[in-house]
Order: sequence, then structure tokens, then C-alpha cells
Amino acid sequence: MAIALRTLDDGAWISVNDSREVGVSDIWALPTREFCSCETPHVLLEAYSAVHVSDHRVLADAVGMCIECGTRDSIDSLPVGRIVDGEFKPYEPAGVQSTIPDAVDGAARSSFEPVE
Amino acid sequence: MPTDVEEWKDEVYGTDIRDHIERFAEDGWESIPEDERDAWFERFKWYGLYHQRAGQESYFMMRIGPPSGVLEPGQFRRIVEIADEYARGPVANPEFGNGWLDVTTRQAVQLHWIRIEDVPDIFDELEDAGLSTVQACGDSWRNIVGCPVAGKDKHEHVDANELAYELHDTFKQNEAHSNLPRKWKVSVTGCDEGCGQGDINDLAFEPAEKEMDGETVTGYNVRVGGGLARNEPRFAKNIDVFATPEQAVEVAGGLSKLFRDHGDRDNRYNARIKFLVDEWGPEKVRETLQDEYIDFELETAGEDLRHSYSYNAGDADGKHDHVGVHEQVDGNNYIGLNVLVGRLGIDDAYEIADAAEEHASGEVRLTQRQNIILTDVPDGEVDALLDNEVFDEYSPDPHPFRRGSIACTGTEFCSLSIVETKNRQVRFSRWLVENVDLPAGVEDFHIHLSGCTASCAQPQIADVSLRGMKTRKDGEPVEALDIGLGGGLGENPRFASWVADRVPADEVPGAIENLLENFADRRTDGESFREFVADRDDEELADLVEPEETSYEDPYMHNTKQTWYPYAEDDGLDEGPAPARADGTPIPSDD
Repeated sequence: MAIALRTLDDGAWISVNDSREVGVSDIWALPTREFCSCETPHVLLEAYSAVHVSDHRVLADAVGMCIECGTRDSIDSLPVGRIVDGEFKPYEPAGVQSTIPDAVDGAARSSFEPVE
Repeated sequence: MPTDVEEWKDEVYGTDIRDHIERFAEDGWESIPEDERDAWFERFKWYGLYHQRAGQESYFMMRIGPPSGVLEPGQFRRIVEIADEYARGPVANPEFGNGWLDVTTRQAVQLHWIRIEDVPDIFDELEDAGLSTVQACGDSWRNIVGCPVAGKDKHEHVDANELAYELHDTFKQNEAHSNLPRKWKVSVTGCDEGCGQGDINDLAFEPAEKEMDGETVTGYNVRVGGGLARNEPRFAKNIDVFATPEQAVEVAGGLSKLFRDHGDRDNRYNARIKFLVDEWGPEKVRETLQDEYIDFELETAGEDLRHSYSYNAGDADGKHDHVGVHEQVDGNNYIGLNVLVGRLGIDDAYEIADAAEEHASGEVRLTQRQNIILTDVPDGEVDALLDNEVFDEYSPDPHPFRRGSIACTGTEFCSLSIVETKNRQVRFSRWLVENVDLPAGVEDFHIHLSGCTASCAQPQIADVSLRGMKTRKDGEPVEALDIGLGGGLGENPRFASWVADRVPADEVPGAIENLLENFADRRTDGESFREFVADRDDEELADLVEPEETSYEDPYMHNTKQTWYPYAEDDGLDEGPAPARADGTPIPSDD
């Protein structure tokens, strides 16, 4: 089943099948990412620039700022949810660490369990 | 590769959208196919309709764009009547009640809680009064801004409204200019004070003179590529072109076509013409304009009036913001009224319309500082007009902290905003008025609060710039603001320096209080705040901002975006009445 994924309204949110699913202004925990020097970067997502799906995971490119140290940078392929039986299941922004071990580290992606 | 938005625009855009809006209105919200909603909501923007944020599905913001903010007699009342009938929300806002209209920083009016089913009737009522929502949003010519008292102003060099109206009439609903890569913001300034804010527009016409064939000709210099959004602020660049009023429309059309043809349609984040100007430089813009889009020989830039610009210039002279009672060229007066954060309650707005019709021409103008102006008030009517209780709130002589406050829409309705803004700015100004003394001689002090980097409140051109952010306080994430200082326009415009990051919102009033105390203690005689900031580096300025808790209380420290409406008693995202049918009945979820 084809999934329509896009960012809209200046990157304010991610649309999945014409439904607003993931918005900006949440704080995402990025446990293993080299986003900044913080042990666990807590990054306020300010805008999404792109979104794609890989192995059922919905991955977003975004711009954000660590609310602890103030580092602002772009983020590639942040997992924001997954597709299960054709439906989008969002990840909890604060729960990325427990939801997805090794978060967005490229080498870890292939170890994710199938979701369907 | 073209974006989805470009593909949708290729399929249906411009005036063709109207029939579809009428069709969906007739059949109701649920008739908009679920798998086409992104496309239709993107297209609706062209007609000034913007789907409100998550949690408020089926409700729309409607923007009405009168060129240069001029509402002819009867038009202001018509907008108030429409707001009264159609712009009521499911619950009240604690500061503003239920039913208001918002004056924007582009001299437009925004209404909220609009239902698609009501839109055709609203369009009819607007058009009956000579008003329109066409191209108020979307990828095309937005509302043309300019001097809000053009045609009546003693400081006028050339009547900016003549050109603004001509541009409006030429480029609104003009198929060749309907589908641009991104928004196209145009400003026309005619006075010697610079109140058109041309520097922050995609295209700016600024008053100038030029010796042509032995005669001094009055017209416009042209600047291109200004804008504030996305942490990429730019002042418009001089492309070394002078246009007579007769040439100006053709020059504007040439630049609009240049943008249409050369703007980046593959990446919406790189689409504004400021990025093309970055890439090309102003010389290539001029060269391409001349070679590909203009049939006559362009004049080089004339002598401008920027040396006399006093609007938001950070010094003591000039009218600054049009607030107050000012004499017009015809001997009548215009009265600039302060509208705190741009929001006018419906009952108040009716009273203002009554006063304007009884004591003046009934014309109302909107300013880029979110205020309104009543024009054509005879000397003998000024006192009688102002002898109305409504002008205690919407005052021609407001406290500087009220006068200087601007706020964007914020998380109340906006998808992009990170923090609550309008109610917060009202509370900020209330606390500052009650608790903080401005240093001697400081009568204008601009505090602009924008909920995110889109910068709709134009924070970078304020004395104190506030921008939505988050931080952690007592272990919990809270709404916060970055603080910038010393921005403004004038002959030498300057963007604010961001000197304090992620200040918890409840500590911002204390930070402003301490900043002003430090300014008062350290300034030299008569030194303006902007001069004070310009003379110091960011590190020193950061030390002067000392955030602290005070008696100010902020009820919006939580994640207001994770509510369906930040002020509802049961505010959870799933606890709101949206989506709803035309009568407000919630539509059950399929889940």
C-alpha cells in the first residue's frame, strides 16, 4: 500500500496519508546522536525539511536546537514513527531512547525488528 | 524534482480554486476527500484560507488583504459584521473573549474559527463591500503594504497608494503572476519617513528623485530580496534601478516574472527571492531584468530619501508609528489608535466603526504595527470622537509598553509556532506598565514577540526581540524565549543581536526590567536604546540581560502546542470538538 509522506506549511508538520501526524515544537531525545556534546541531547524540533520511509520506519530530516546547550543543527533521518499495517504509529518524542535502541545511527537501522 | 506543492499548483491554482471551494462548502467539510486534503488546503491559501493547526481540524483562518491597509468607509464595519457572524470559536479566550479580528503586520485582517461551509457567503459579503481574500496567502502576490496614511500625509513625497492600487489591480488574479515559486511580498513607500518597511520585503519601491532630460522626476528606487524568516534575515538590496510612477508597474511585473521563472521550485526552503539575490547578486538581477523582462532602458537609481527615514529608526524625531492625533494635508486629522497585539474585540470594533462614521469619514486604515488609524477627522470632531470609553483601551496616547508591543498568532492557531504569544504579550505589557519605569526620554520602546523563526511579528526589527523556544526549568520542559536587542529600520537598518537564549518565559519580564535598569544606569546623556546596543558587543549585552522570576505569573509554561486550544478547561489534543460539522457538532473519528 502506497504511503503519502510530505512536510507542509514551512516544515511545520509531517503529513502521512493527508493526515497531520508529527508537528514541530516537541522535544526529542537523541541518545546516541552526535548532535552536540550533551550526554542525551534534548532537541526542540523547529522545522522539518524532508521525510521518507525506510523499512517501515518514517524518517524525518529536521532542524532543531538542544535545549540544554543551545546547539542548533540539522538532523538527518530521525525516526518519528513507523508504518504498521498501512497505518502510521508515532514514536513518543521523549521516548526515542527506549523505543529505538541506537536511535538514528545508520549502522543500527538494519537491526530493527520488522513491524509487520 | 518538483515538490508536491508544485504538482498540486500545476493541476489547479489561482482563480480555478474558487469553484472547488464553493463545491466543498455546499457539500460540507466531510466532502473534501481525505486523500486530497493536503493538496486542497495548500490551494485554499491562494484564496486567503489557512487550515488551523492540529486539534482544530475543519476550522480555518481567513485573511483579508486591503492594499496598504486602506479600508474605505463601510469596509471596516463589514469585516466586523462578518467576524460577528462567522468567527466565533468553541470556547472563549481569557484575554479577548470569543469573537475578535486580528490586524496583522502586513496591514491585513485575520479571522479565526471560519467554517468552509460559510466561506461562499463570506466571500459574497466581502465582495459586496469591495473587499477580497484573493492571494492573501499562498505562492503569489501577497497584500501590498505601504504608508498607511498615503494621500493624507504631510511627509509625503509621492502618493504611494496610487502605485499600490495599480499594482494590486494589475497583479491580483493575473494568471501570468498567479503561481510563483513562493510568496511575493511587495512594499510601496511614498513618504520621507520610511514607514512602508520596504527593507524587509521581497520587492520594495522607495521614494526617490532623478534628473531625466534636464528635469527632476519623482519616482521610486527599487530594492529586492528582503525578508526575515527561517533564521535567514535579509534587508532588500539596491538593484540600481529608478522607476517613474508610470514605469513602476512594468518593473514590478518584470521582477515578478523573473522570480516566477528563476526562483527555486525544487526546494521551498530555498525559494524566496532573497536566496536568488544571494546567488546572483543585485547586479545580475538588474542585468537579467533588463535583458529578459523589460523593453525600455532602465534608469540607474535616483537620489533616495533614506537619510530622513525616522520610522522605527531608534531616535527621538519623527512620528514613528502613526499613533496619536496628526494633521493631514487637507487640514483634517488622522488619529492613530493603539491595538495591543493587533486584536480587536467585536463589540469594541463596532463602537470604533460607529465613532469613525459619526465623527469622521468612516475610513479606517491598518498599520504594519498592528494598529488602526481613523482618517479625515475635522478639528472640531477630534475631542468628541475620542470622548468614547472604547478609546481608553484603543488609545491614541498609550503607555510605551503597550504602544510598542507586537505579537504573532502563536500556538493558539498556528502550526509552526513553538510558544503561546498574544495572551502572553498582553500579560507582559500589563506587568511592565505596572512595574517598570522607562528611562528618561524613552517614549518608544518596541517589544516584538514571534512564536518561531518564521518571524511574523518581525522580531528582528525591534528594540527587544523575543522568539519562541523551549528550555528546561526545575527539571521540566517549559516555553522559553530567545532575547535579541537593538533592531530597527531607518537609513541604516539593523537586525537585532540575539544575546540571551532560551530564557524561561516567566523570567522574561524580569529580564526586560533589569535590562532597562542597566541601560538607565550606563547610558550617556540622551543616548537612545538602539545607540546603546550598537556601541556594545553581544557578550556585554548578554550581561545586561538578567532573567529572573518576579511577581509576573505565566499560565502558559506547559507545551501549549499539545493542546487543542491552550485556554480550554479540558485542553488535551483529543478533547476538542474538531473536526466539526457546520453547526459545530463534532464529527466522530473512524477509529
